[in-house]
Amino acid sequence: MLTLEPRTGNTHLLQTLTPVLAVAITMLAGAALFASLGKDPVEAIRIIFLDPLLDPYSRSELLVKAAPLALIAIGLSFGFRAGIWNIGAEGQFIIGALTGGATALAFYDISGVWLLPLMAIAGALGGFAWAMIPAILKTRWGANEILVSLMLVYVAELLLSALVSGPLRDPDGFNFPESRQFHDSATLPILLAGTRAHIGILITLGISVAAYVALHRHVFGYHIKLMGSAPRAASFAGVSTTTMTAACLGLSGALAGLAGLFEAAGPVGQLVPSLPAGYGFTAIIVAFLGRLDPLGIVLASLVVALTYIGGETAQFTLQIPAAAISVFQGMLLFFLLAVDVLARFRVKYMRRAQ
Amino acid sequence: MSALLSIRGLTKAYPGVLANSDIRFEVAAGEIHAILGENGAGKSTLVKTIYGLVTPDHGEMYLDGKAFEPRGPQQARAAGVSMVFQHFSLFEALTVAENIALGMAKPPKAADLGRQIRDIANAYGLSVDPDRLVGELSAGERQRVEITRCLLQNPRILIMDEPTSVLTPQEVQTLFATLRRLSDQGVAILYISHKLDEIRSLCHHATILRSGRVVGACRPAEKTTRQLAEMMIGLELTRPLPRLFTPGEAVMTLRDLTVPAETPFGTTLKRINLSLRTGEVLGIAGVAGNGQDELMRVLSGETRVPRECMIFDGRQMGHRGPTYRRIAGLLSAPEERLGHAAAADMSLADNAFLTGRQRQRLAYRGFLRTTSTTNFARAIITRFDVRTPGTDTPARALSGGNLQKFVIGREILQRPKVLVVNQPTWGVDAHAAATIRTALRDLAANGTGVLIISQDLDELMEIADTFSVLESGTLTAPQRTGSLTIDEIGLMMGGSTQEAPNAVA
Repeated sequence: MLTLEPRTGNTHLLQTLTPVLAVAITMLAGAALFASLGKDPVEAIRIIFLDPLLDPYSRSELLVKAAPLALIAIGLSFGFRAGIWNIGAEGQFIIGALTGGATALAFYDISGVWLLPLMAIAGALGGFAWAMIPAILKTRWGANEILVSLMLVYVAELLLSALVSGPLRDPDGFNFPESRQFHDSATLPILLAGTRAHIGILITLGISVAAYVALHRHVFGYHIKLMGSAPRAASFAGVSTTTMTAACLGLSGALAGLAGLFEAAGPVGQLVPSLPAGYGFTAIIVAFLGRLDPLGIVLASLVVALTYIGGETAQFTLQIPAAAISVFQGMLLFFLLAVDVLARFRVKYMRRAQ
Repeated sequence: MSALLSIRGLTKAYPGVLANSDIRFEVAAGEIHAILGENGAGKSTLVKTIYGLVTPDHGEMYLDGKAFEPRGPQQARAAGVSMVFQHFSLFEALTVAENIALGMAKPPKAADLGRQIRDIANAYGLSVDPDRLVGELSAGERQRVEITRCLLQNPRILIMDEPTSVLTPQEVQTLFATLRRLSDQGVAILYISHKLDEIRSLCHHATILRSGRVVGACRPAEKTTRQLAEMMIGLELTRPLPRLFTPGEAVMTLRDLTVPAETPFGTTLKRINLSLRTGEVLGIAGVAGNGQDELMRVLSGETRVPRECMIFDGRQMGHRGPTYRRIAGLLSAPEERLGHAAAADMSLADNAFLTGRQRQRLAYRGFLRTTSTTNFARAIITRFDVRTPGTDTPARALSGGNLQKFVIGREILQRPKVLVVNQPTWGVDAHAAATIRTALRDLAANGTGVLIISQDLDELMEIADTFSVLESGTLTAPQRTGSLTIDEIGLMMGGSTQEAPNAVA
């Protein structure tokens, strides 16, 4: 029988290094996967991990993809630390895009500098409200937030499809299920000319710093950590489980909603059924890869975005199937969790006592 | 009659506490043998050793004259020793038969097993239906499932750990009938309890433990409940003189506090009335599981009660949470150090912040004041001689006694109006215990009302001015310490329903 025993001694260094180790093992296992598909493994890994960094346009795309991942993952990390599992960030992302986008469409013939802030607020509130559904069900009736938040993703997807096929459809759009294009003052300003890098990236960086301060210097972060490591001590300290559950779900919902709005008002520029690209789910990987710490998450979002962009390139240059790229990305979380366990425990083979 | 089980010189030490020291006794086939003692006397360690869950440091056990050294429960069961634990390990969503099959190395076919269960159950008057879901069964029925599970292995020794703590009086009678029938069939029963009346009516012999040692053996039926209580609690306890104290005004009052149990294993608090005055040390004695944890949670604010049930410093405060109470000056230290009073993985500084935030002003507009927090933690460490490398050390790394000094010191240094502590010196070495007791006395001398919930009678006799007993969720009227004889206290703690005589104070 195999058993796990806690490692004694200082595992601090080991635990800091696990994300790096996990990325390295993913590269090796990925190379084996691509080789078994008959592709040149070295070239595949080079295309995925190195090429995007050498090209200026790819570098800006890296930021465009990393920003929503980081924004969502930071929100999720608070809940994950406290033991509250919001798996439905994808749904809150969609609702944020919808409410923020609907605001833009409501003012399609009026422009002004106030419009983007208003859209951002509407997007964050939309995601917040969507996350309040599992929060209320959990605190009132003990419903499992994992299931509720996950199922609401599919509700949100269908709601988006319904709305862009109906009330929000572009009247001049030949019945395509798409909204109008947002006009200029409803679109995020571009940071670097000729790229899609928008101002949402800067806002994400600002929020990362604020989240870092909240987590490590503020009572809110203290309560989150306390609840995660000793729930009964938290209750003894006077931390209300109900309030914290609502706060964690609400915060992650609001940030996911904001990310959704940035996506709609940034690279996409309108509401389309294909808007959700899986950021909400990938952000879960990013949150753990970043050790549930805002600064770690910023780094992790860049790594994961790299595999996305590189993965796309590998798909059309090497004809690697999209499913293989998804497997490759999934391996990252798998190896992270596995390495994590092995960093904290040692495996021991025990003969069954009889 | 030669002994079936013979225990010779069993010794087991844990860091800071000698759980069993040179334990000796013998049990004959068919004998119902009581292991009697207060909580912490070493009963659990002893039976866990016999059941193979604990390896002794010294000493031998013999079964039928042959050396018996079980390396785990499987070996103990194979040798014929079975145990029914106080808390059951049954899956509510499975049937009785499925639960029993889960514990077997090679379960027979479902139909065969069902028949075996019915046969055994009928033979011993257990009335167990193998097809019912465990979730639908009462505590007494679940216990019968556990007993049936043991009996299917044809045990020669059956260990029952506090079996009546979850039963109704009627269920207790059914259980006794079953145990007597087993005894007639030649099964020896080790019966762990501190309920004296039960032991007198059921057991043939009793071995009495105190502080990990055998302090007596007797035939319980030949002794009075009072004599048993004396043996259990110990006569070397001298009766201290009532301490001279001049209590001030009532600072905390509980009025007709009734709180239903939250879990099946919880205790309902029944119409508790209590008044704590400034400068008074009020001890609440009682065996664990009689409502101590529940009362503690009401006082700390973790369980909210109707506002008028609790009055603190002239204000109704039953509905207030821990934060509000701390600001008002009501501080507390729960029994469980790791996980409740302190977060194991967090540093001592973070743990100082846990309760010190409000009164020590360790946060400013929601932001942590790390320097103040570290200073506060350092003050606790210095004042209470907490042995630790520094304030960054996680709470988990401290020994029990050191962490307890930290946890109690954290509250004392905040100069409370009322301090409530549960088991302040549980598992703490003598030196640390003395430090804590002195600090609590000093606190009261400066006008704080101190409420101590403890199972340690010596401790309460040493530091309490007044004294009540919590038994089955009911609190007796307070007595001046020293106005009661030890055996009166023992009777109150042992579960005799008699009211405390001549309420004074």
